[in-house]
Amino acid sequence: MENNTSFLRQKKQLTRHHVVMPFTKSVGIAFRSIKARFLRSIITTISLVLAVSFLCFTQVTSDIANSLASLENADLQRKLTAAGYDPAPDTKEETTQTNKWAIKNSPKQKWIVSLSLLVCVVGIVNAQLMAVTERFREIGTMKCLGALNHFIVRLFMLEALMEGGAGASAGAVFGALFALLTSFFQYGSTVIYTLPLQDILLSMGKAFITGCILSLAGVIYPVIVAARMEPVEAMRMEN
Amino acid sequence: MPENHEESKIVRVSNVTKNFHMGKMEVQVLKGINLDITAGRYISIMGPSGSGKSTLFNMIGGLDKPTSGQVFIDEVDIAQLDAYELAWLRCRKIGYIFQTFNLIPLMTALENVTLPMTFAGVNSDDANDRGMTLLKMVGLESRYNHKPSELSGGQQQRVAAARALANDPGIILADEPTGNLDLRTGEEIISLLQQLSQEKNITIISATHDFKMLNVSDQVVWIRDGQVDKIENRDELSISLGEISIGNRH
Repeated sequence: MENNTSFLRQKKQLTRHHVVMPFTKSVGIAFRSIKARFLRSIITTISLVLAVSFLCFTQVTSDIANSLASLENADLQRKLTAAGYDPAPDTKEETTQTNKWAIKNSPKQKWIVSLSLLVCVVGIVNAQLMAVTERFREIGTMKCLGALNHFIVRLFMLEALMEGGAGASAGAVFGALFALLTSFFQYGSTVIYTLPLQDILLSMGKAFITGCILSLAGVIYPVIVAARMEPVEAMRMEN
Repeated sequence: MPENHEESKIVRVSNVTKNFHMGKMEVQVLKGINLDITAGRYISIMGPSGSGKSTLFNMIGGLDKPTSGQVFIDEVDIAQLDAYELAWLRCRKIGYIFQTFNLIPLMTALENVTLPMTFAGVNSDDANDRGMTLLKMVGLESRYNHKPSELSGGQQQRVAAARALANDPGIILADEPTGNLDLRTGEEIISLLQQLSQEKNITIISATHDFKMLNVSDQVVWIRDGQVDKIENRDELSISLGEISIGNRH
């Protein structure tokens, strides 16, 4: 009995290194899988692009409004008020002097942004569930050929990360551009001179990272379910 | 078959039962199967659909877990294996051929054949060389760069056979390998399997209800109602199925 367990342990150490999936290979397979299902990937990604660009748009718009407000130009402040901001210093802030003209996102705006992100996650989970379900047979086959659960998870996570990365960067760029354009038409050319480049880049970065996280969050549940299935179950599911 | 007692038993199935839940009902599909399979033979598991032969086949392949009982492959109880060992077993010891071919749709024939080698840690150059050799063996070396959708059913099944051989397995499990093929391509696959069992001494275990398979089998296991009905060797077989198999015996 003791012999037997030590034999098993020995064998385990031997076999542990015998089933492998090189990272570059996973990246290659994930990339080609996206390329081959381009249309579907685009559709999955579009909801992400929209949500991220909306997030980025609101952030960048308020960045710009902030920098305009700090100019303390009466004409601009009138326009800002017309646009729904409240640049007039309130009594509490007057005493502190610092950040006098700071414009905070209104609660309503935050509410809308978080709602749009929530809708986006639901959309992604749905799209990924479909995408994973239609590949159950492929997953089962790979497991028959010796793939470990985490090969499968890694493959789908990489795909989600690539889609998410592409979608989120497109979203961040669209959102920022759109914010710049609307601000330009609303407040005139002053926008260009006072452009808070650093803040805008920071907002874009935040929106990008949020997008990537959302994309990963959307795929993680369906793929773990799929990877844990016995190969036979996975192959039977689709029939 | 007294002379076979000394040969190694590559697969041993001991008192295996399997229950499936059908809604609230629990259906016993396998009712205690005992089976020894000798290395290097060509075994056909025959039985009407619903007899449990596919379920038994999945148990032997480590693709599903028995409700009770044990399956030994090379005298190792596969229920005792952890995920890594099971993956290793599926990767190195067993080659699978399915009724529905199950090639990865996005990969070319060569990539499909080399995938198990990638899992086994073979570097790409060696894997590609070996993959081409295997494709040549099944007569598809000119189509190595074709996707499964660009191949006929018979060609896909031959790619699947080459893939099953990728890591020199001791056992090839074929679940209805001719089920989706016409008569002629089915025969091609059967003779390919027979050639493998004879030349490479690979144990072939095939679940089927294709009577063409009987002619090439060393042993036929008949399953009925989740139990082994009878086990026939080839010589006994030609008596019980005389007219069918005489023509093709050699």
